[in-house]
Amino acid sequence: MSLTLTAVGYRYVGTSRPALAGIDLTLAPGEVVGVVGANEAGKSTLCLVAAGLAPATIGGRLDGAVTVDGLPTAQAHPYELAQRCGVLFQNPVTQLSGTAPTVWEEVAFGPRNLALPLTEVVGRVDDALAALAIAELAERDPARLSGGQAQLVALASVLALRPAYLILDEPTSQLDPQGTRLVGEALSRLVAGGGTGVLLTEHKTDLLWGLAGRVVVLDGGRAALSGAAHAVLADDRLAAWGVEPPGRVRLARTAEAAGVALPELAA
Amino acid sequence: MTSEAPADDRHGIPAFVVRVPAGPYRSLNPVTKLVIALSEVILAFAIGSWSGPILVLAVVLGCAAIAGILRPLWVIAAVTLPVVVSILLVNTFLYPGAKDPIITVGPFAPTWTGLAFGVQVTIRLLAASLALAVAYLTTRTDDLLTELERRGLGRRSTFLIGAATETVPRTITRAGEIVDSQRARGLDTEGSWWKRARGVLPLAGPVVFGALTEVEERTMALESRAFSAPGRRTMIRHLPDSGVQRWFRRALIAVLGLIVIGRVLGALRWVP
Repeated sequence: MSLTLTAVGYRYVGTSRPALAGIDLTLAPGEVVGVVGANEAGKSTLCLVAAGLAPATIGGRLDGAVTVDGLPTAQAHPYELAQRCGVLFQNPVTQLSGTAPTVWEEVAFGPRNLALPLTEVVGRVDDALAALAIAELAERDPARLSGGQAQLVALASVLALRPAYLILDEPTSQLDPQGTRLVGEALSRLVAGGGTGVLLTEHKTDLLWGLAGRVVVLDGGRAALSGAAHAVLADDRLAAWGVEPPGRVRLARTAEAAGVALPELAA
Repeated sequence: MTSEAPADDRHGIPAFVVRVPAGPYRSLNPVTKLVIALSEVILAFAIGSWSGPILVLAVVLGCAAIAGILRPLWVIAAVTLPVVVSILLVNTFLYPGAKDPIITVGPFAPTWTGLAFGVQVTIRLLAASLALAVAYLTTRTDDLLTELERRGLGRRSTFLIGAATETVPRTITRAGEIVDSQRARGLDTEGSWWKRARGVLPLAGPVVFGALTEVEERTMALESRAFSAPGRRTMIRHLPDSGVQRWFRRALIAVLGLIVIGRVLGALRWVP
């Protein structure tokens, strides 16, 4: 049982340069894998490929194999994959349906699409809102939420489909510090609940330090480094790959340069 | 205007989702209001030269008075003023073949025939547009879509209509943000027409390309929420309908059909 990418390469329509090449990655249920890299490193493409949206929805050429619990994504309908693998993108505005007058109905959008019995829809919506502690938003108009709140509603909408794996593509990149904190806390709660495998791409390495068990560094569409989160995020080569190390690692280095050893900060 | 109905205890749906339209006229089933509006539009153009449009306009204003929306309706009527004025001017001054001038001033000779025709067209257009406006002002979009979906409208069509109505205000908001940011970078969008016209290009590009980019993201977001799953979606709201309304709709459609047939066969020439 896992989300597995084996020797995966991907090219967008009309391009000759691969956006991804030779990617091997396994995400087990309950595990959090972080993905970092500079802009254009292939993080968003990796999310689309892992979720089965590329090439199914946007075209392009996929090499290698992507399987979700043994099901090849290339052979599955997007709605089948949606129940196994949920995706959250950067911009909360484009992820909301824009047709629901309340947050409750927005979260119900996915379960309704699956034609689930009404009682099941209600249960899933209530569970998803409770999991992210946003039940108090249920009555609000989704179009009038703050960025952080909208992103949490988008995440709840994905959770309502009860996927075994979550793919989060820089979910805090368009959020202010308050929104980032809201989403970070919600993800911490979700991860603490266990069971859901999370693939999380992020520029904010501080967020990954506390959440991820493993981290992969992407560079030019290839995995440049992969390993235990704290070891990778404290690697000296991180800046060369266009990734800013977490604040605690930078602090430890600055202290070390000043002759004060703070090894526990970067461990 | 909606009243918060009691929560659906059987399924646990919250009261704010069960909401039922309340108030005179507003509480009619959305499909009833839609049938009334479309009937009024057709009748305004199908019956007689004066009687049809005047009768429909009277009914529309009556419905608006019952629903308590006369004030916003006047605003909508005022918006149509430029069209109304242009229709009146064009017909009064340029009606072909009219030989009954009101007054002749140089090359200009407005005619009574043209004026009468212009007023008639104006009343028709006003009756039709206000009929649709009454339906719009008394019906929430999601109520109408819920009812249409319950009656078999596909999920794609339902979404398309819902998203389209949502897109207009969002695009206006986005355009405002882009104008602000372009102004912050020194673009002058105030003053003469030429300056305003020049300001359109830097605005149109980001609005159009931004919207196109959003389409792809939205498509993927919808797919990731099982939008393409087969079968009919689960309905979570049921708006009240009644036997009287069902019979009223059928009767209205039947009468409408007879009038249209009568009009096509020329059997309604006696109507003034």
